[in-house]
Amino acid sequence: MNLVVVSGGTSDPSSTRMLADRITARVLDRAAASGLELTTAVIELRPLAAELASAQVTGFAPPAVAAAIATLAEADALIVATPVYKAGVSGLVKSFFDVVDQDLLIAVPTVLAATAGTARHALVADEQLRSLFAYLRALTVPTSVFAAGEDWGGSGLQDRVDRAAHELVVLLAADVRSAMRDAGTRYNRVFGGAAEGADEVEFDSDLMRLATGGSAVAPPVRPV
Amino acid sequence: MQFGVFSVGDVTRNPVTGETPSEAERIRAVMAIAKKTEEVGLDVFAFGEHHNPPFMSSSPTTLLAAVAAQTERLVVSTSTTLITTNDPVRIAEEYAMLQHVSGGRMDLMLGRGNTAPVYPWFGEDIRQGLPLALEHYNLLHRLWREDVVDWQGRYRTPLQGFTSTPRPLDDVPPFVWHGSIRTPEIAEQAAFYGDGFFANHIFWPSEHSQRLINFYRQRFAHHGHGTPEQAIVGLGGQAFIAKTSQQAYEQFRPYFDEAPVYGNGPRMEDFARQTPLSVGSPQEVIDKTLTFRETFGDYQRQLFLIDHAGLPLEMVLEQLELLGGEVVPVLRRELDALRPAGVPDAPTHASLVTAKYGDAEPRQPRPNANRGDNVTGGSPYQDTERDQAVA
Repeated sequence: MNLVVVSGGTSDPSSTRMLADRITARVLDRAAASGLELTTAVIELRPLAAELASAQVTGFAPPAVAAAIATLAEADALIVATPVYKAGVSGLVKSFFDVVDQDLLIAVPTVLAATAGTARHALVADEQLRSLFAYLRALTVPTSVFAAGEDWGGSGLQDRVDRAAHELVVLLAADVRSAMRDAGTRYNRVFGGAAEGADEVEFDSDLMRLATGGSAVAPPVRPV
Repeated sequence: MQFGVFSVGDVTRNPVTGETPSEAERIRAVMAIAKKTEEVGLDVFAFGEHHNPPFMSSSPTTLLAAVAAQTERLVVSTSTTLITTNDPVRIAEEYAMLQHVSGGRMDLMLGRGNTAPVYPWFGEDIRQGLPLALEHYNLLHRLWREDVVDWQGRYRTPLQGFTSTPRPLDDVPPFVWHGSIRTPEIAEQAAFYGDGFFANHIFWPSEHSQRLINFYRQRFAHHGHGTPEQAIVGLGGQAFIAKTSQQAYEQFRPYFDEAPVYGNGPRMEDFARQTPLSVGSPQEVIDKTLTFRETFGDYQRQLFLIDHAGLPLEMVLEQLELLGGEVVPVLRRELDALRPAGVPDAPTHASLVTAKYGDAEPRQPRPNANRGDNVTGGSPYQDTERDQAVA
């Protein structure tokens, strides 16, 4: 199974990447203990910055961004880590997920993580990242991991890392993603997108009947 | 294979001079571009449709009728005609009239448009954009094929015994292309009726259009119109040509950099590498255009966008000279040589007349006398029996 890590940190080393790595290490430990084999791919967003700016304007992914999206499409589990700037998710991280197909991450177990200079930003992961990934219909784990500068000295951070890793591995081990996707539930897909199943066309629909000369369904009765 | 240009009739500031043409200047310029399109040996001029500034392309049939009147060989078409917000009854009437006055030198391309506020301007609801398009076309298709139409649908008032006039030229409906960039239902409708499918292909990597075109081809065969290779495909393209690659880049850069859609975004070099945009010498434009066939298979119509981004008329006319003089003749030769025997050309009025009548005389509907009530009745034309026309 594939674990994909997206880091929006911009320095080297960045505390955002360090946090992502810490979570990754715990996930790999716990996965191994559960008998799961995980391969890891890391998407660093900094090298994509110029292409992402261009993609904001053109609406399509240039080559390096497209490669990153292809990596993301293979994710069985995801860790997303963003720095907090001006009380919000990094623009780089938002720009990247802005050009990702909205159906790419359906039911993918995801750990959300954020770093900041002050603990006052502690809710950015829950209030901003979580709503973004709710829109993408990812399966975010209950524990998000936030690290301000002062957290790196204490033990609470590692507890949260461990809990988030545990939650992710539980979802992975139960293969919740496949169970949700295969349960006969239909998710709308953008035709031709990067998500799996994006080339499948549903012919048994009102629109397809209309496309082939049929009638639209009867209008709802208007109250008099 | 047909080659031509398509325009959306934008009135865009020239970023080099800083001047914005007046609507009058731009309309005159478009007329000049259309006439030049024929003069340099291209086949098609397609135009329209927007209903807000900075566009002036609200009334394509009027403009195209004028173009047809001032040309002899050119096929006029649209890019696109809004099948959502135009009443299909008006489309049937206006384009049938255009078909008559142009002597059959027309077809049309239907699209849903990309301007959300246009829906309420014409009394429609954008939330119903796609079913509106599909239902409207189902009706349009019948209006051109049945003298008398009884119809009931969801999105417009029912029709009872309605006859769209004039009947199509030689009683052969105009050929229709369906334009879409990502909607399988539109491709399915094009395939179902055996109509053409056009991918305006210019703003995204080619692979984006490939899957929808492949889908259309497969469905064209599924619905019994021929093999996938015989489906009728058109593509958009975008070119800026100069004697050398370097000159082309230098001349086009100020326009590219401030162009609506992609301006102030990617570098032109990157955009040209990633999308169908060709900037370069005639040979480079030829080479790039030939890759479209490798991606999509043999196709029937190639339209180029050349009059956008505030390019002044003189430069557009110069582009047409290069396109018609140096690029298209080579493309014609190369693509014709590569095309297998079973792949048809784009339908024309002449080919459709032959397909319908063979050597027989085409039908020329003559109406019965007005009974005084302005109601069509079941048999409005002299050559149809009363009971046969009420289908």
